[in-house]
Amino acid sequence: MRRVVSVIVNNSSGVLARLSGLFARRSFNIESLTVGTTEDPTLSRVTLVVHGDVATTEQVIKQLYKLVDVLKVTDLTEEKMMARELMLIKVTVNHQTRQEINHLIEPFRASVVDVGRESITVQTTGDIEKNEALIDLLRPFGIKELARTGVTAMARSQQKVHPVQQLLT
Amino acid sequence: MTTKVKTRTMSEETHGSLKSKPIRGAEMIFESLEREKVEVIFGYPGGAALHIYDALYQTNMKHILARHEQGAIHMAEGYARVTGQPGVVIATSGPGATNLVTGLADAYMDSLPLVVLTGQVASGAIGTDAFQEADVLGITMPITKHNMQVRDLNDLPRMIKEAFYIATNGRKGPVLIDIPKDISGGEASYEYPEKVSLRGFKPTTVPNILQVRRMKEAVAQAKKPLILAGAGVLHAKGHQELVTYAEQAQVPVTHTLLGLGAMPAGHPQFLGMCGMHGTYTANMAIQEADLLISIGARFDDRVTGRLDQFAPHAKVIHIDVDPAEIGKNVPTEIPIVGDAKQTLSMLLEEDVVSAQSSEWMKQLNKWQETYPLWYEDDEATLKPQKVLETFSELTDGEAIVTTDVGQHQMWVAQYYQFKQPNRWVSSGGLGTMGFGFPSAIGAALSQPDHPVYAVVGDGGFQMNIQELATVKDYNIPVKTIVLNNGSLGMVRQWQEVFYEKRYSESMLNQNPDFAKVSESFGVKGLRVTTIKEFEEAITHSLNYDGPMVIDVAITPGENVFPMVSPGTALHEMVGISKGGM
Ligand SMILES: Cc1ncc(C[n+]2csc(CCOP(=O)(O)OP(=O)(O)O)c2C)c(N)n1
Repeated sequence: MRRVVSVIVNNSSGVLARLSGLFARRSFNIESLTVGTTEDPTLSRVTLVVHGDVATTEQVIKQLYKLVDVLKVTDLTEEKMMARELMLIKVTVNHQTRQEINHLIEPFRASVVDVGRESITVQTTGDIEKNEALIDLLRPFGIKELARTGVTAMARSQQKVHPVQQLLT
Repeated sequence: MTTKVKTRTMSEETHGSLKSKPIRGAEMIFESLEREKVEVIFGYPGGAALHIYDALYQTNMKHILARHEQGAIHMAEGYARVTGQPGVVIATSGPGATNLVTGLADAYMDSLPLVVLTGQVASGAIGTDAFQEADVLGITMPITKHNMQVRDLNDLPRMIKEAFYIATNGRKGPVLIDIPKDISGGEASYEYPEKVSLRGFKPTTVPNILQVRRMKEAVAQAKKPLILAGAGVLHAKGHQELVTYAEQAQVPVTHTLLGLGAMPAGHPQFLGMCGMHGTYTANMAIQEADLLISIGARFDDRVTGRLDQFAPHAKVIHIDVDPAEIGKNVPTEIPIVGDAKQTLSMLLEEDVVSAQSSEWMKQLNKWQETYPLWYEDDEATLKPQKVLETFSELTDGEAIVTTDVGQHQMWVAQYYQFKQPNRWVSSGGLGTMGFGFPSAIGAALSQPDHPVYAVVGDGGFQMNIQELATVKDYNIPVKTIVLNNGSLGMVRQWQEVFYEKRYSESMLNQNPDFAKVSESFGVKGLRVTTIKEFEEAITHSLNYDGPMVIDVAITPGENVFPMVSPGTALHEMVGISKGGM
């Protein structure tokens, strides 16, 4: 099963290498890993999507906690969360399919960000499932290139609030 | 060993809130080490460490010049194992640092506190494949508890403070600081922080009382309880509490290889070592137990044998200061995150209710009588087991004993009757040949008045034999017993048992004369071929104030038994009794 784990780390050099090294060493499989600073510039939030059962995820979390630069790890999978990924898809088009694609992507609230003679590029933001559904829809037209950022996520506000500072106390 | 007579009294200048006049990074290092009460450093100089060695020249810090960086770090490990204090190592960049890799991995696996300082090429040259540059941070990331590189000289004192703190708190381990040459040579004002504040590092050492009470109830219900004690008990200095608790709760005790000494040999509730070369009683006790209490042990595969058949009837309680160990290999009913000493003390304060174990104890005693450790004493040759029994008797089980890795290591674990904790130094997790002799040097430096013996194989001794120069240089009275079987014994044994006696590259046909080698280093060397000569040599060594090597011609081809073959369960062990092979 796919699980989303959020990690707050010190924003210092080498932390990402430490994190990804740990995964490789323990042969845990990561589907995606994103990182960026938080409202506190000394801290970064890493969002990991991993495949595994509860026990594997528990091990992942415990191993992460062993890193001195890791401050807080939360398994968001079972919480109410927002998980988003940005995706760019370059699709082959001709004058027949151009219109069709425009219609198809509308319900996804995706937008066309680049138009060429033989292809257009669609940008979308959404959770993994939604993005995958869009890929499936567009595949028959011919996907020339695909770029995904990987998921970034946080808990929704009705949940226990997790501003970074509160996590640390 | 440290004295306050210094060419510059930096402490005086730097005390108080007023910042002192600038000093060099290299000087800050020794000033900080002194504040951490470091008494001895092990190391080896080189280009990127020259500022550091130059500053060493004007301190009174005791530095041991090893003859190989690997020797230096194993010395530091031996020191750390016996004292519980961090062993400190200095090496230069590139090859100096990469020579430390084995020792770092070894210390990491066995949770030994080390603070390792490596020189690095100057900041501006980092990443250019400069002379003697290696990505030490990258190389050592998976084998250190933490590592850091100094980018700004003002951070150096704080980093040293943090390194000592991280190395010694929670589960112990090695911490490395990489110091570019311009940093050790640069100047800045020095202030040593009073406290460490690390947002992400707050190990739990005091266990949850409710979990401790659950354990108490489980023990009260148990009919066949068993404690499996690991090195965590020794690291926490909780051996006394262990003995008291085991006695009061009426629970028998087995230990892992590295847990040796936590329970005194000969204690009536003590079953000996478990695992691959453990005793019949210890292994069967695990397989029969209804409650298994692991304290500071991590269920290594050499302990568990086949995991899916390990302790099949037992409810498992796992006490460990490292939460990541709990549930890693064995499912746990009652997890207790805490330091072994704290947890056992809390149990003792809770008024111990003993287990209903009298039948169980009787059964275990019977097994011990029926299936003791055994060997065939043919009198014609010198049996290693006999040698170690004799050694144990002559030293009264009181010596500090280090070993290398191989058959001799298992024989020491089986036959040396350790009466005290923290007298046993061996490479468990990594199984590092070459560890035994240098680690004995570190142990001896920490306990100058205590007899220290390195028991090594003829293979492993040759991996760090150059340290004979070090013991001579500083007159360190380490006694080395070479159990010489003319082969890489443990490899030879596996080839005999699992590879139809195809002894591929396991014969040491060209061994040197170890006594003569020692003599050439200026170290007393003896060769013994009978048990009588061995006795004389040990008796002599006990009164000999200096290093010595005793080359013992043991029976070639002798094997270690009993044995649990890899991939089999603990109760499937072979070689349990004479003729039962
Ligand atoms: C550095 C290193 N290389 C290889 C091994 C694999 N190994 C384990 S035991 C052993 C043989 C050890 O022989 P010796 O030192 O003579 O000791 P003995 O087993 O004969 O007591 C070897 C090669 C190891 N543990 N460490």
